[in-house]
Amino acid sequence: MSDKTMTAEQVVSRLQSGMTLGIGGWGSRRKPMALVRALLRSGIDDLTVISYGGPDVGMLAAAGRIRKLVAPFVTLDSIPLEPHYRAAREGGALELMEIDEAMFMWGLHAAANRLPFLPVRAGIGSDVMRVNPALRTVTSPYDDGETFVAMPALRMDAALVHVGRADRLGNGQYLGPDPYFDDLFCEAADAAYLSCERIVDTAELTKEAAPQTLLVKRHTVTGVVEAPNGAHFTSCAPDYGRDEAFQKQYASTPWPEFAARFLAGDEQAYQSAVGEAT
Amino acid sequence: MSEVSRAEYCVIACAEAWRGNGEVLASPMGLIPSIGARLARLTFSPDLLLTDGEAMLIRPDGTPEGWLPYRQHLALVSGGRRHVMMGASQIDRFGNQNISCIGDWKRPARQLLGVRGAPVNTLNNPTSYWVPRHSRRVFVEKVDMVCGVGYDRAAGARYHRIPCVVSDLGVFDFTTPDHSMRLASLHPGVTVEQVREATGFDLAVPYEVPPTREPTAEELRLIREVIDPAGSRAREVGS
Repeated sequence: MSDKTMTAEQVVSRLQSGMTLGIGGWGSRRKPMALVRALLRSGIDDLTVISYGGPDVGMLAAAGRIRKLVAPFVTLDSIPLEPHYRAAREGGALELMEIDEAMFMWGLHAAANRLPFLPVRAGIGSDVMRVNPALRTVTSPYDDGETFVAMPALRMDAALVHVGRADRLGNGQYLGPDPYFDDLFCEAADAAYLSCERIVDTAELTKEAAPQTLLVKRHTVTGVVEAPNGAHFTSCAPDYGRDEAFQKQYASTPWPEFAARFLAGDEQAYQSAVGEAT
Repeated sequence: MSEVSRAEYCVIACAEAWRGNGEVLASPMGLIPSIGARLARLTFSPDLLLTDGEAMLIRPDGTPEGWLPYRQHLALVSGGRRHVMMGASQIDRFGNQNISCIGDWKRPARQLLGVRGAPVNTLNNPTSYWVPRHSRRVFVEKVDMVCGVGYDRAAGARYHRIPCVVSDLGVFDFTTPDHSMRLASLHPGVTVEQVREATGFDLAVPYEVPPTREPTAEELRLIREVIDPAGSRAREVGS
């Protein structure tokens, strides 16, 4: 069986400008930030990003790496509006496919199930249809005759997700209350990269935790990265909560200043700069 | 018992939205709707389900009673066993709601949250709204981006329903022949003129407008001593 462990740099070396990239987590919760930081250190740009958006989107937008975003929202949760994403939108800096949260979820399911679309009772009547003229509808072939949005599959070239534990083969475990949609991201992608707080032996995974914590299956994973504190400053329950003080600093510091102070070096430099800042 | 504050009338008005709803999930967005949902659960709507804002269904004292991660929450919406009270950056006379952006969507003057779950909510489960500061900037003739679907755009949507809109001035519903917004009750101390002044469209106003009901002594005790002893409700709606 193949050992899939690699560094964040090795993950990024497999990505290319122009790719469609899915990013797991939700808002400012369990985002694969160490992988996003590695991406920021690379020259990769012109990305289509698919995300229940948080600071992953904010940072990549601030750095000008996103050509097109697919998202139902971008938020920092405790800070409702993501300042860098706002600036990017108000400056007309990126293309947006703005869709509803459920449409997004069914788009992931469609991709994971190799279906071109799934019917969703959402979107019709709203301006989601006006701003996404490519969206099509489908009418039930049965007696009810209801019309639905035919939500297209959200296929992606690569997915980045972060979980609590994983083994070297790519079996990923979440220990918090919500799996979000990380397994679906991995299934919807041609290649999925899983970062985790700690790599453990396979047997270790279910020693104390229930089997249903085993969220991500190894056949959907291409690479595993051990990245302690790798979701920082977003939350990674139960290992740590959101670093609210640091998030506030992120949200209130002009991007060039923040990037120079925290993102100029490698992941280790980031983690020590965070230590000094708080 | 000291005088009932405007924030407390708002709590009562929000709680009333969930009266008689049975065993459904109450999904409040915002502080005062959250207090209202818990109050309803503790008094006249004991079968309501509540969440902790993350993935757990909890009793009012915080004891977990179920698991509802986002994927199940979104599925529950389609099942309809939920009544959500969302915020609204803009809302029009037919209940179209906007939380996405202000100005031209292509390059907004002000980017807000995004459509979130408003499109799926309004087509699948009852969706009410909460506006902590009633003004012409919120109650507009036409919203810039329709996120939550209003009555004039809901033809054929079999599960569409907007039970009410609660603001810091009063309670509104859509029980008019053309489903345009109607003033249903005024919070004590507020006049019809004040509401008209703060509303950017023609509001249906019945000949006699009842006041928002008074809280009972027990409800006031629950609000003040059990649900929100820190008094944070006054930060969302001042007196």
